[in-house]
Amino acid sequence: MHLHLAYPAVLAALLFCVGLYGVLARRNAILVLMSVELMLNAVNLNLVAFDVWLRDSLHAGQALTLFVIAIAAAEIGIGLAIVLAVYRNRGTSAVDALRDTAEPSAPDESQEAQEPDDSQEPQQSQQSPQSQKAEATA
Amino acid sequence: MTTTTLAVLVPLLPFLGAAAGLLLGRRIPGLVRPLAVLPTLTALVLAVLVAVRQGGDRPVDAATELTPTGSVPIELALHIDGFAALVAVLVGVVASCVQIYSTGYLRDDPRYPSYAALVSLFTSAMLLVVYSGDLMVLLVGWEIMGICSYFLVGHYWETPEARAASLKAFLVTKLGDVPFLIGLFALAADAGSFRVTTILATVADGGLDHPTLIALLLLAGVAGKSAQFPLHTWLPDAMAGPTPVSALIHAATMVAAGVYFVARLLPVFAASGAALVVLAVMAAVTMAGSALAALAQDDIKRVLAYSTIGQLGYMTGALAVGDRGAAVFHLLSHGAFKALLFLTAGVIIHAAGTNSLAAMSRMKGLRDRVPDAYWTMTVALLALAAIPPFSGFFSKEAVLGAAEHTATGHAASVPTAAGWIVLVAGLLTALLTAAYATRLWLLAFHGRGADAPDHGKQPLAMTAVLWVLAVPSLAFGTAVGVLPDWFDGRSLSPTLTTSVLGTGLAFGGALVTYGAWRHTTALAARVPMGAVAVSPDGDGGQVEAEAIASHAPAYGDVASAHDPADPGRLLLGPLHRHAAAGFRLDAVYAALFVRPVQAAARLVRFLDREVVETYVRGAGTAPRWLGTAVRRAQTGNVQTYLSALLAGTVVLAVAAVLVATAGA
Repeated sequence: MHLHLAYPAVLAALLFCVGLYGVLARRNAILVLMSVELMLNAVNLNLVAFDVWLRDSLHAGQALTLFVIAIAAAEIGIGLAIVLAVYRNRGTSAVDALRDTAEPSAPDESQEAQEPDDSQEPQQSQQSPQSQKAEATA
Repeated sequence: MTTTTLAVLVPLLPFLGAAAGLLLGRRIPGLVRPLAVLPTLTALVLAVLVAVRQGGDRPVDAATELTPTGSVPIELALHIDGFAALVAVLVGVVASCVQIYSTGYLRDDPRYPSYAALVSLFTSAMLLVVYSGDLMVLLVGWEIMGICSYFLVGHYWETPEARAASLKAFLVTKLGDVPFLIGLFALAADAGSFRVTTILATVADGGLDHPTLIALLLLAGVAGKSAQFPLHTWLPDAMAGPTPVSALIHAATMVAAGVYFVARLLPVFAASGAALVVLAVMAAVTMAGSALAALAQDDIKRVLAYSTIGQLGYMTGALAVGDRGAAVFHLLSHGAFKALLFLTAGVIIHAAGTNSLAAMSRMKGLRDRVPDAYWTMTVALLALAAIPPFSGFFSKEAVLGAAEHTATGHAASVPTAAGWIVLVAGLLTALLTAAYATRLWLLAFHGRGADAPDHGKQPLAMTAVLWVLAVPSLAFGTAVGVLPDWFDGRSLSPTLTTSVLGTGLAFGGALVTYGAWRHTTALAARVPMGAVAVSPDGDGGQVEAEAIASHAPAYGDVASAHDPADPGRLLLGPLHRHAAAGFRLDAVYAALFVRPVQAAARLVRFLDREVVETYVRGAGTAPRWLGTAVRRAQTGNVQTYLSALLAGTVVLAVAAVLVATAGA
């Protein structure tokens, strides 16, 4: 007796959607990582289910699942370590507060537009990241 | 050595001297003077030898092909007839005198090594033009002279006058050289060769298809080089160069090249009656206009410059009536006395510390300060005014005689009109020439007022060559019986009618000027004028440069001075103002050429700055704005990126599904 494929597939889809929501919407980095785990496990579920449903003689789905579990374990280890380091440095692990890579905005561009020659451009990226970060987070 | 070898060495020696002078001059200062003087002197000796061996007999011809060109060959060719042999001797004499004179005149000049080398190169280029039997090789010498005159006229490049004059000399002569080059090509295309001998043979056979066109194109180049109207304007301004350079350019090289070129190819020009009439009109306008202008100049060298233009007008006039013997005769005698006039003018400027006749006419005893210059200049001015028995009388009478010969219809192929034009203009110019020669002499040597400054004796190098050149100025007329053997064989002896007319007019002009001078000279004491050089003990070149630079600030103009004691002002009346400015031809040129070119340049600058650069700047600005817009998406929030990624993925997936189902 076989379980119908629809059940694991729907369950996996639900799990993936929950994980996706967590990744996109949660602010806490640890919860984001947990959501990633949810998505990975949804994929694992799919792999196992389709492996059985397709009667694959090599059981490639199951083997791949084992791979994914192992790599996910390593990934979560590194991810947690990064989160820990960030928290220690900044006192927060909120994902939307970590915006150091944001593009510096308006003041620089107006200055750049006034200058006809391009000789001073390289200096731009080094200008006052602190004030820009403050502005971007405000 | 064969005559050919000697002839090859004549232009080669000054060239080697120039190269050695340029290379070694700065390192070994002791070698500069020998390297300047000796090659030129040797070339003179060799040129005399060549002339003696050639002896006016059959032309010496030699040629070796320079390079295969595929069509008309270019050959290193010599063609030495009586004209070439004698003109080369003249070039050698004048160039040697100029080189020796320069050792004194530019004694302390720091740029003397390059100056001497350029004079040697100039001499070599002229000798190449004289001896060359191939028109392309002739053109090489022709153009080298152009660039050398640019450098030499601009010798005092610290002064704006000299810079402007050198550029003007270069551009105006080049303006004529462009049609000249086209004319050479047209001539070669018709004759199938650049060789003078081949071309003359073709012309003799009547094988020239476009004689008028070719002659007129060549005339443009000749007018530029020989300073004929309307391309003469560079010559008076070229006075901004050192005096020995003026002597060299005016007497033997550069300006003589144009006349010599026409003389050499006269059959080509004679093949077209229209070209001869154009040449005659050009000569007539040049002679009469320049003589009037010479009467109004204040700078002693500018008087001589305009007189050069006028005397060249005589030569082109002689060519226009088809008598090249008379033209080259006048070229030779004029070369001697004009070189002498310039070199004496250099001595006078050095002694007086000014180049202004107005200032000299207020100095007493200038002639006692420079007795050599006084006597030799008197000889040269008498030759210039064509007073018998000086050389200028015989050569000018040869020209007038030839014109009269043509005007009375004795010359076959030449239009009578050309003869009349040249004859009338020539006689008028004889009157004016005597007038300005007298004015120059009276103002320079018979001034009244304070004593002339005393700077001691002039260097021997400068005074000795004056006497050397005074000999041909005085006695070259005796050659009148021998010269026809060297030339075309036509008699050059003065005829009675033109001699009486010409000499009478010359005496008349001199007497009228003397009368006017007696009348005006009393005014001189009432209007004090004059400025002298600040460093009177410098060498001639330095004094002259200061005199030229101070003329415009002191007298208001580079050419004239407001001197009521000037007899020229009385004689010319209302014409004086225009004559002093060269009949405003420079203003016409400025309106016709300079201003349109400057306006076009401004337009181009506007188009470049405002139109082209706008596109260039736009090409940079547009991507920058685009980048700015795109960079706004980069907020630093990872979750936003992921949302965008998801949205993109969904869109792509939906699109893929739609495409798949639509295709199915």
